[in-house]
Amino acid sequence: MNIHEYQAKQVLKGFGAPVAAGVAITSADEAEAAAKSLPGPLYVVKSQIHAGGRGKGKFKELPADAKGGVRLARSVEEAVAHAREMLGNTLVTAQTGPAGKQVNRLYIEDGADIARELYCSLLVDRATGRVSFVVSTEGGMDIEAVAHDTPEKIVTVAIDPEAGVTAADVAKINAALKLDGPAAQDGETLFPTLYRAFVEKDMSLLEVNPLIVMENGRLRVLDAKVSFDGNALFRHPDMLALRDETEEDPKEIEASKWDLAYVALDGDIGCMVNGAGLAMATMDIIKLYGKEPANFCDVGGGASKEKVAAAFKIITADPAVQGILVNIFGGIMRCDVIAEGVVAAVKEVGLQVPLVVRLEGTNVELGKKILNESGLAITAADDLDDAAQKIVAAVG
Amino acid sequence: MSILVNRDTKVIVQGLTGKTGTFHTEQALRYYGTKMVGGVHPKKGGELWHGSEGETLPIYASVAEAKDATGADASVIYVPPAGAADAIIEAIDAEIPFITCITEGIPVLDMVRVKARLEKSKSRLLGPNCPGILTPEECKIGIMPGSIFKKGSVGVVSRSGTLTYEAVFQTTNEGLGQTTAVGIGGDPVKGTEFIDVLELFLADPETQSIIMIGEIGGAAEEEAAQFLIDEAKKGRKKPMAGFIAGRTAPKGRTMGHAGAVVSGGKGDAESKIAAMEAAGIKVSPSPARLGATLVEVLKG
Repeated sequence: MNIHEYQAKQVLKGFGAPVAAGVAITSADEAEAAAKSLPGPLYVVKSQIHAGGRGKGKFKELPADAKGGVRLARSVEEAVAHAREMLGNTLVTAQTGPAGKQVNRLYIEDGADIARELYCSLLVDRATGRVSFVVSTEGGMDIEAVAHDTPEKIVTVAIDPEAGVTAADVAKINAALKLDGPAAQDGETLFPTLYRAFVEKDMSLLEVNPLIVMENGRLRVLDAKVSFDGNALFRHPDMLALRDETEEDPKEIEASKWDLAYVALDGDIGCMVNGAGLAMATMDIIKLYGKEPANFCDVGGGASKEKVAAAFKIITADPAVQGILVNIFGGIMRCDVIAEGVVAAVKEVGLQVPLVVRLEGTNVELGKKILNESGLAITAADDLDDAAQKIVAAVG
Repeated sequence: MSILVNRDTKVIVQGLTGKTGTFHTEQALRYYGTKMVGGVHPKKGGELWHGSEGETLPIYASVAEAKDATGADASVIYVPPAGAADAIIEAIDAEIPFITCITEGIPVLDMVRVKARLEKSKSRLLGPNCPGILTPEECKIGIMPGSIFKKGSVGVVSRSGTLTYEAVFQTTNEGLGQTTAVGIGGDPVKGTEFIDVLELFLADPETQSIIMIGEIGGAAEEEAAQFLIDEAKKGRKKPMAGFIAGRTAPKGRTMGHAGAVVSGGKGDAESKIAAMEAAGIKVSPSPARLGATLVEVLKG
């Protein structure tokens, strides 16, 4: 689960990290009071959407030479003017895709005098199985580009979970970021603080880009991106409350209510599969035969008939879907349960597109019998290859 | 021969008394009499577990007690996600040599904690979020369907449960059969990795060929490929076929498995396929042709 920048900063501030004063607003009428509550005279007006590249992004509705999704203002009036121009419009960035995202919320923040821009993130490094700091002196830009062009400028420091962030770890990070004087002193507090926030709130990513050294030599978190481990949200109701469903695909929200692993995609063949690997492989084989999958959907190992029916309804509700491939290799998942779920869903919502079903594994004969006796227009397939070819041919 | 488990492996179950644990313990007992020797439940020690066909197993209050009483050398964990990490740590502390954790959805930072403990222990962990391990006609630990297996010569190792079944089913249909199938699981931080299993398959005289199934995310397949290249230089090499799931997955999206995500420009399918092919693995473009691809490799 992702949260907005302003929320991420509030979380970090709660742990004692240095962030600027700021106010989140949802209407331009609130902009003047928000700006006036800040020290000034420099303000930053920042679009709050779940996507990066906001500064370089462009608003669809505004002229091409209009400013981007993050703007500087040197007076309250200028901040208000920016707010009026930005709110309600659609911001297109490198990460939003061409459709862009509507900006429904702005964050007006106290400006800072920046001496240097750095990069600092925390993540779980799967190679070592440890939480790691990834830091670079090249802040404020796309870190993937830095990693690709100048990998020597990225330093990784793995943290021993039993010891936490040690003085030696801080020294390594400070050195990598070339921090000295008050900035290095700030680092001694900030890096353990960021680690504590990451671990205590079960984050999967905490990215501060940029972390800045101000003209006065002190450190400040200028931007913050936080994602949480979905598997740990059960123990963080306070973080779950920060979820903004308007940022998510409605089909994915419905799927999450049923505990289905579902990802909406751009193609036209809907898929319902058991198992994440097989679900990905099913997408791949559709592509191999020349079409594109409309979704990833893993109904899981122990799905009930009702859950299968819910998955089927979510897939058929997508207007882009021109055909459906159900691919089940029953281990724990019984083929008869899948068949009953599919039949129940089709009886409820109808079937406007071709449906190919491949069943294999536990109770396969019973599953096939249920489908055959349902009287529905279902094409049976012998194996995954056969199934993919049949659905691609049916969609044409 | 087989790897990791055989007809002598004695298994205890953590989370035996739940619905999932009960179902799969029954299945294991009925699979060539896998030696399931007991269960663990902190409040039900001294009671008996009853299967649906009259089977019974003793329940112990702790893993240590169960190990002492039964001589178990393996444990399988069906404990729900919130308590699963502590269950693994209990098994590590009891010095169970081989621990398999089936549970899906364990918080990743819990696994960071487990991994640190594991590194200082003598235990091997398989999983979490995995289907387990099966040696045909000898021992079934976990949730793989026994009916699709056949005793034979192929070693199967996979990050995905259902794709393990595909590989097993297809090699059975080709008449090859399996020595052992190992599901290492779909989580980003786990116990056993590809390299650990490949090492065992290379060393096992009855394993004559290997199928390795990976997926997007991380760099475990690339590391395994480098391991195979290094071993081949030492003269250890077996015919291999493979598959990578997730060629069509969009970047930055987690595809069901917590570990299946292309992030920071790393972990995409193409780089894994290239690395595996460089190591001499024939990578099938289709998950439906795993068995056929291995047969082609064996024909040379």
